[in-house]
Amino acid sequence: MARRDAMPRPDAEATDRPMIEMIDVHKWFGEFHVLRGISLSVGRGERIVVCGPSGSGKSTLIRCINRLEEHQRGRIVVDGIELSDDLKHVEAVRREVGMVFQQFNLFPHLTVLQNLTLAPIWVRRMPRAEAEAAAMTYLERVRIPEQAHKYPGQLSGGQQQRVAIARSLCMSPKVMLFDEPTSALDPEMIKEVLDVMVSLAVEGMTMVCVTHEMGFARTVADRMVFMDMGEIVEEAPPVEFFARPRSERAQLFLSQILEH
Amino acid sequence: MRPLAAESGTHRPALPRVLVQARLWLWSNLFGSVGNTVLTLAAVAALAAIVPPVFTWTLSNAVWGAQPAAACAGIDGACWAFLHEKHRLILFGRYPFDEQWRPLAATALLIALLAASAIPQLWRRWLSAAWISGLLAGGALMWGGVFGLAAVPTKLWGGLPLTLMLSVVGIALAFPFALVLALGRRSTLPMFRAAAVAYIELIRGVPLISLLFMASFMLPLFLPGGVTVNELLRAQVAIALFTAAYLAEVIRGGLQGVPRGQYEAAQALGLGYWRAMAFVVLPQALRLVIPAMVNTFIGTFKDTSLVAIVSLTDLLLATRQAIADPLWRPYFLEGYVVIALIYFGFCFSMSRYSVFLERKLRTR
Ligand SMILES: Nc1ncnc2c1ncn2[C@@H]1O[C@H](COP(=O)(O)OP(=O)(O)OP(=O)(O)O)[C@@H](O)[C@H]1O
Ligand SMILES: [Mg+2]
Repeated sequence: MARRDAMPRPDAEATDRPMIEMIDVHKWFGEFHVLRGISLSVGRGERIVVCGPSGSGKSTLIRCINRLEEHQRGRIVVDGIELSDDLKHVEAVRREVGMVFQQFNLFPHLTVLQNLTLAPIWVRRMPRAEAEAAAMTYLERVRIPEQAHKYPGQLSGGQQQRVAIARSLCMSPKVMLFDEPTSALDPEMIKEVLDVMVSLAVEGMTMVCVTHEMGFARTVADRMVFMDMGEIVEEAPPVEFFARPRSERAQLFLSQILEH
Repeated sequence: MRPLAAESGTHRPALPRVLVQARLWLWSNLFGSVGNTVLTLAAVAALAAIVPPVFTWTLSNAVWGAQPAAACAGIDGACWAFLHEKHRLILFGRYPFDEQWRPLAATALLIALLAASAIPQLWRRWLSAAWISGLLAGGALMWGGVFGLAAVPTKLWGGLPLTLMLSVVGIALAFPFALVLALGRRSTLPMFRAAAVAYIELIRGVPLISLLFMASFMLPLFLPGGVTVNELLRAQVAIALFTAAYLAEVIRGGLQGVPRGQYEAAQALGLGYWRAMAFVVLPQALRLVIPAMVNTFIGTFKDTSLVAIVSLTDLLLATRQAIADPLWRPYFLEGYVVIALIYFGFCFSMSRYSVFLERKLRTR
């Protein structure tokens, strides 16, 4: 695993405070207890892959990090800002945290370039020309600058997801959240998206990815987080997690997904 | 040899392609089956029954030009002389006769602005500047009292300019209000939601006529003595409030059609509620409901004719006043036909424009 060793390692001692800190977080949907005491700390430049069976609360967990869902108990602190009912804090966190969705969620009425420049112009108050220039460099990084003036509906799924990644990067986030970014893609397009994500990891982006792409997890993750029934059941480096899962639930889960 | 004939494998000399296609079309669409043949023959018979008498009435037997009413007596055709005599009354109501170039100019200005706004290439910032100056100029023309124009009180305004003004201003005032109501109805704050629901249900629950009556006759009872609100303004506000309730429901339907992920993606980018609505959700929601919105606008345009009951001389009431002239009373049909055509012209343009806009804005 030469590539893995080439990646910049987060220096745990040197980072004074973690990028994301979740302390005993609970969340209910009505009566349903989705998150049951989640504690998770993500260091600067660290790459976390979250996996677990369907309905275990993976999406809910990462959606709590940028408050697309509200938690009811416990604390979530992102880059020193605590998420609370205070909208100012929420907006400050959202400016620093990028998110990529399973369904891309590009804005269909705007061109690719407009999708990329909307937030920099209106949230970061960047002059239009500057925002467009930045957008073009990010489109080059995800290798589709020639699509800048098309509408999302004219692109393939893989291209749309790369645009979605570029759109988040345009806000220069400190953290990127990915919620099953490749699950809605045809198999032949998965690689082009994973390649972009790997290159982000190589550059030292702090990442939290929910994904079932175990090859990607092996290459990129510093830590695997295995969830079941709203709890973090196991946390381990990928080598350890894949070779010797400690819990029975993780063993069962791995045997199910690695069969395919 | 032409490809068509070659493909069909026949050796007859080939007909020109257009004719072949026309014959095929006629055959399959008009006489393709027994049912189609019967319908085709019935349609031909109906046209034969309707077209000649309409043609005779409107054109060949009609009386044209500046003729006295007596010239129309006993004829079996349209008396267009009636319109020659009364068109100024119908178009401008009781606006002072010698000043009627002013409502004419104001109407032309309004129609020009509407037409310019319909062209997507002109959707630039200066268009709103054009609207503001256009409305100011139109108002100055109608009211007078400036630039040496004689003042004309609003109770003398009438006809087409009045109808257009009530519709355009009504819709323009209703639109932002409807947006607020639609967003309020979907708000997570119970108070906003309750207020929006109460307003919409209350206004939709009563006919426009009763709103107009209330605005005209009940409002003064509640206002302190001496305070009067202009009648035209009262009717204008009633129309806007009424339209807003319907429009709000249409827009709410559009909001429901925008996937939740769109709002979430905007939130995740840090856009916040208002910017997410303004740049992401509403543009998509409004696009979805263009046909339904235009339907509401057409309804408002025609509903303005109800202001007659509070004595505002809109296009319809002006026509009825023209017909009220005992000399010309027999020729009411001519008057109604013409204003029906005017109403139709505006409504049909709106309808075609909505089709155009929908195509234009359809995301690929
Ligand atoms: N808005 C909601 N209201 C009520 N229940 C919800 C809501 N969102 C999610 N849930 C429930 O919460 C549980 C966890 O959902 P979540 O989407 O976090 O699971 P997940 O681990 O991401 O699953 P998957 O792998 O299928 O995406 C599920 O049982 C789901 O039905
Ligand atoms: Mg999920």
